Amino acid sequence: MRVLIPNPLRSYTADVAVVNAQGRTLDELAIDLNRQYPGLRFRIIDEQGAVRPHIKLFVNRLQKRNLTEALSEGDEVMIVCALSGG
Amino acid sequence: MKSKRGARDRSATLLVSTRKGLWQMQSDPTRRSWRVTGPQFLGHIVHHCVADPRDPKVILAAARTGHLGPTVFRSTDRGRSWHEAKQPPAFREGSGRVVDHTFWLTPGHASMPGVWFAGTSPQGLFRSDDGGATWRGVEGFNEHSQRKAWCGGDQDGTPDGPKLHSILIDPRDARHMYIGMSGGGVFESTDAGADWRPLNRGVRADFLPDPDPEYGHDPHCVRLHPALPDRLYQQNHCGIYKIDRPAERWQEIGVAMPKSVGSIGFPMVLHPRDADTLWVFPMDGSKVWPRVSPGGKPAVYRSVNGGRTWQRHATGLPKNQAWLTVKRQAMTADVLDPVGVYFGTSSGEIWASRDEGRSWKCIAAHLPHVYAVETA
Repeated sequence: MRVLIPNPLRSYTADVAVVNAQGRTLDELAIDLNRQYPGLRFRIIDEQGAVRPHIKLFVNRLQKRNLTEALSEGDEVMIVCALSGG
Repeated sequence: MKSKRGARDRSATLLVSTRKGLWQMQSDPTRRSWRVTGPQFLGHIVHHCVADPRDPKVILAAARTGHLGPTVFRSTDRGRSWHEAKQPPAFREGSGRVVDHTFWLTPGHASMPGVWFAGTSPQGLFRSDDGGATWRGVEGFNEHSQRKAWCGGDQDGTPDGPKLHSILIDPRDARHMYIGMSGGGVFESTDAGADWRPLNRGVRADFLPDPDPEYGHDPHCVRLHPALPDRLYQQNHCGIYKIDRPAERWQEIGVAMPKSVGSIGFPMVLHPRDADTLWVFPMDGSKVWPRVSPGGKPAVYRSVNGGRTWQRHATGLPKNQAWLTVKRQAMTADVLDPVGVYFGTSSGEIWASRDEGRSWKCIAAHLPHVYAVETA
């Protein structure tokens, strides 16, 4: 499925804004992203498995807070870096 | 310092970590003229950047951004190119704790090439055995039965979070280590980090109900003298202290500072060869703790007798209306003769002295908030 990568994470994707990744859940998708782009997952998900405070995940434009959220082929996932100060 | 040609190199290099990225500064052989290069990691919060004395081509940088989680970058070519750690410092899954940022980096013992230690916020101790590529927790500290009592909670830390810092390795014994924690105090291990014990007797903690507790102190910066490893100094939240091991009790040496200036500050810098010479940068720790130069008159204070007396050195520094803040990692010294001393300010200036702190010159301005200055 399509994954939209925000600017701060494009150092991992060689500046590519839209990548393809697989997974039955958001967590699996993050693992697949990390397989393709090592290091990316830890920048958005902490060691206890929680999405970091200034990261938001959207599936088909709806915000999802739980990494167990199921995904389907054809979904579009968007990673957003929320406001984080000056 | 040797140049590529083998001749004595009298130049100095500074690694300047800031809230917005990393800069390097290189001097000419007289250390009068400086060239600034960078930024690297623009937009990253770089808490610490340290060169490896065992292999000066290797540099590690602890970084994060406002959005993204913490990581460590490694260079093996003096900072020309960087690679991210495959496994940055992170607490054990299931521990409930999350590394907010890596705050402190220390190369391991000279006999252990590739070994590094990292201190984090909140307080965690991590070790790498492969030059910073992968990190694992030092379980003897992170899982210690007393860790929670020693570290306290968020309210016991700095406004930017509780921190483990000042990781010190005894040059005579790789198994002998010290750490500092804000809050928590100073702790010692004699078994390579397998176990720890507090080392705070004699240090005031006048913000606690018991002013002489076993732990819970706030050492801002602790240094071990490389030529006299039994000698440690610390700039503490409650003054300046010295200890000569195996003594167990710190001696307060800040009492000789002028009353109008006080003995509060963040950094502590030691002379690389003379264990009795040290520098501090006092700040206003009165009332609500402004943490700026007392009276807006910045000065470095130097002692050449182990803290028995102190001399004010302000030549070249602004005479008034200069409200500088120098953080605990933002002051350092080179190993040249005479020693060069350097500090960076939260207002983005780098100041240098090439006469052991007697006179000062601003060698860079308009940088972001300086978090750390180290020589390379």
